[in-house]
Amino acid sequence: MTQVLDFVPIWTLILGMAVFFYVLLDGFDLGVGMLFGFAPDTASRNTIMNSIAPIWDGNETWLVFGGLGLLAAFPLAFAIIIPATYFPILAMLLALVFRGVAFEFRFRDGERKTFWDHAFSYGSGIATFAQGVVLGSFIQGYEVTGRAFSGSSFSFLTPFSILTGIALLFGYGLLGAGWLILKTEGDIQSAARRHGRVCLVAVLVAIAIVSIWTPLTNLAVADRWFAWPKTLLLAPVPIATAAVAIVTWRALGNSQAQVMPFAGAILLFVLSYSGIAISLYPMIVPHHFTLWEAASSDRTQAFLLVGTLVLIPVILMYSSWSYWVFRGKVRADIGYH
Amino acid sequence: MDFDPVLLSRLQFAWVIGWHILLPALTVGLAAYITLLEGLNFVTGRQVYVRVSMFWIKIFSISFGMGVVTGIVMPFQFGTNWSRYSDATANVLSPLFAYEGLTAFFLEAAFLGVLLFGRKLVPQWAHFVAALMVALGTLLSSFWILAANSWMQTPAGYEIIDGRFFPTDWLQVIFNPSFPSRLAHTVVAFFITTGFVVMGVGAYLLRRDRSAEEGRTMLSMTLWLLTVLVPLQIFLGDHHGLNTLKYQPAKLAAIEAHWEAGRRVPITLFAIPDEKTEANHFSVDVPFVGSLILTHEIDGEVKGLKDFPADQRPPVAIPFFAFRIMVGCGLVMLGIVLLGGWLRWRGRLDDAPLFLQLCQLAIPIGFIAVIAGWVVTEVGRQPWTVYGLLRTADSVSPSLTGSDLLISLLAYVVVYLFMYPSGVLLMWRIVRIGPATEEPDAAIEAGRPKAPVLAGGHVGVGDGA
Ligand code: HDD
Ligand code: HEM
Ligand code: HEM
Repeated sequence: MTQVLDFVPIWTLILGMAVFFYVLLDGFDLGVGMLFGFAPDTASRNTIMNSIAPIWDGNETWLVFGGLGLLAAFPLAFAIIIPATYFPILAMLLALVFRGVAFEFRFRDGERKTFWDHAFSYGSGIATFAQGVVLGSFIQGYEVTGRAFSGSSFSFLTPFSILTGIALLFGYGLLGAGWLILKTEGDIQSAARRHGRVCLVAVLVAIAIVSIWTPLTNLAVADRWFAWPKTLLLAPVPIATAAVAIVTWRALGNSQAQVMPFAGAILLFVLSYSGIAISLYPMIVPHHFTLWEAASSDRTQAFLLVGTLVLIPVILMYSSWSYWVFRGKVRADIGYH
Repeated sequence: MDFDPVLLSRLQFAWVIGWHILLPALTVGLAAYITLLEGLNFVTGRQVYVRVSMFWIKIFSISFGMGVVTGIVMPFQFGTNWSRYSDATANVLSPLFAYEGLTAFFLEAAFLGVLLFGRKLVPQWAHFVAALMVALGTLLSSFWILAANSWMQTPAGYEIIDGRFFPTDWLQVIFNPSFPSRLAHTVVAFFITTGFVVMGVGAYLLRRDRSAEEGRTMLSMTLWLLTVLVPLQIFLGDHHGLNTLKYQPAKLAAIEAHWEAGRRVPITLFAIPDEKTEANHFSVDVPFVGSLILTHEIDGEVKGLKDFPADQRPPVAIPFFAFRIMVGCGLVMLGIVLLGGWLRWRGRLDDAPLFLQLCQLAIPIGFIAVIAGWVVTEVGRQPWTVYGLLRTADSVSPSLTGSDLLISLLAYVVVYLFMYPSGVLLMWRIVRIGPATEEPDAAIEAGRPKAPVLAGGHVGVGDGA
């Protein structure tokens, strides 16, 4: 087939962005969900919940779009990765069910308040852990025969995927802490600063372990990072990570810094994310299929691209508007007079 | 222990989508109703509309939240359990799903926050626009998902290469033969379902007297709506049946439990279809009427199940009975609407306690009809996922074992059986508290320090101060 335009790079970019948006947006509100579990009293829990109540649904929609985008642009990858992570996905979905309904159920359901409070924080934690496990198993790769996953539904479970699961708990925790610092004041903010520091340290340890582990077990990745002169080109990634980590640590300790902790957390995610992307490109099913091999037909990609290019900017516009409506610090008692 | 992964995947899919559809059935209608109320208030300035709207927004927010979380489960089912179906159909169907996300889900999600929490933060017109956008989102969602489903029923605009489907004409894919009638029939079903819920709750409030004005508004508005929609739905259902006869004759034969082809066929009101002997037991038939209803001609030809090889026939009993349940619901609805119209004409709508009680009893009737209708549609499509082209047995993920599925199905069963009753209970509490008598103030409702249910049984919802 002759073709004028190769849609695959465009879709790689769009999907990469969509998944990153999801990680960032739902990342902070899952993180907020976990920190919610540490809040000492009902009033602070209410404030913490209010900081995300009007926007969580929009954030989670990026998960749907990420999943459907993968199905649309790279269906073969979808048809292999999703069944291969059958149980982590099941756990994630059910955790999201509990967590999602807790927003509504918690304050209307007088008697079982503590139950839904727990559902909210544990649900957030389990969903996060499950996503980290999916990520780890994805980096390690799957057993594939023909066009289908051929391992067992439990082969996702490895020390590495558990490590990435735990890493993501702290990663989202850091994002959540950044968000709470941005949106709250007083005790809640100070607690978020303390939690943020713990998460930051844990995240850095996890990044270090993953960065050593992956090249050790995967020669292609080792080759990408450590073969001279590529090392020179890629060196800025770890250096920038260290710099951002230091700035973020300081900002977490500085009670004047309202935005910086969140911005630092985001930057750390950008860097880790691009690290993973550099390691794996151009594979979408590591060891088996490249982006091009897994891509859907040109007609499919073209048809969806037209609408996507028009709609994504519109979506970003009205989503920003809804964030703007709820701008500023939240308090549990805002607007009650 | 050896369980069949195909059967269990089917059960799991039926379980999760059956529960999911109940929420769109309510939220599509409620979103439109809330928009209408907000619009009426905007134009007339009458406060009763805001009070009614605020009341339904609370119920809407619970059902919408449940709709979202059960909805997120759905696209992942395609991957976890139906990966070969996904691989085979993605080139054609995935853009429809993705467009649903782009045009509908983002729209709903972004404006939902403003609708629920932003009444005091944005100008009234902007709040109205938010309601409108949410309602539009729910309709667009129905549009795309039903286009995809209809394509699976009556595929068009595709070619098959190496066992996978590729698009040739997008307009034909979207506007495939069964789509227009399915879209119309389903969306009207959603409005009707919501209508009976609103009417029943209105009747309850009216009987309780305390919120009589709000109750009367609900009852009267929806009765008008249902008077139009219920007969329309019966007409649309008949139309839908003609479409099925043309494009999915085996399904239609199962719906009617017709084994033999023929002209001037009877209609079978009741029977126990028996697939082994290929005949009906205890059947109650009305001669000729079958041909008349199905083809609109007294000697129209109708195919029988025996025209199809046994491995291409759907199960018979399930579509047969589910169809009768749906039509039965439709007729009962018609009865209620006619009775209500007659009472209204005699000016006795308010003090007809039996009728009000009947309305209350009828609250779930739309949901029953919707589920029954979908069972007809989906079971009648068997043994195919893409009608006549891709078998259900060839759609399932090859890596799954029976015990994997037993675990996941059980998990979904337990979680949904816990979550749904909790949700219904909360909605019921909101109904019992009834609409607020004064205008509330809370900018952000969720997580307010004192929830209305905690602050003593009968607190109105404007308890902010
Ligand atoms: C309030 C709900 C409701 C009511 C009162 C009716 N239906 Fe219905 N029906 C549905 C809700 C529904 C549905 C749930 O929306 C379905 C499932 C799939 C679809 O397209 O619509 C459906 C499917 C469906 C089908 C299957 C089409 C197919 O899959 O090929 C037929 C033939 C009819 N309907 C016909 C009727 C008739 C003759 C009715 C007259 C009383 C009727 N329906 C009342
Ligand atoms: C396999 C089929 C289905 C899939 C994959 C699916 C997917 C989804 C997803 C992902 C959501 C959450 C959206 C969000 O995050 O805001 C959702 C909600 C919704 N779905 Fe479904 N869905 C399916 C069936 C249906 C059907 C048959 C209808 C209607 C005809 C429908 C109508 C809706 C609507 C209106 C919502 C908004 C939430 C609500 O109103 O409760 N869905 N669906
Ligand atoms: C909205 C209401 C819907 C309901 C209540 C519903 C119900 C069902 C049921 C009962 C089955 C099992 C049939 C059987 O195995 O005998 C089924 C199967 C299936 N449905 Fe639907 N369905 C709905 C909409 C959809 C939509 C919108 C899609 C896709 C776009 C879809 C895709 C499927 C698939 C892939 C199966 C495969 C399993 C099978 O055929 O058994 N359904 N559905």
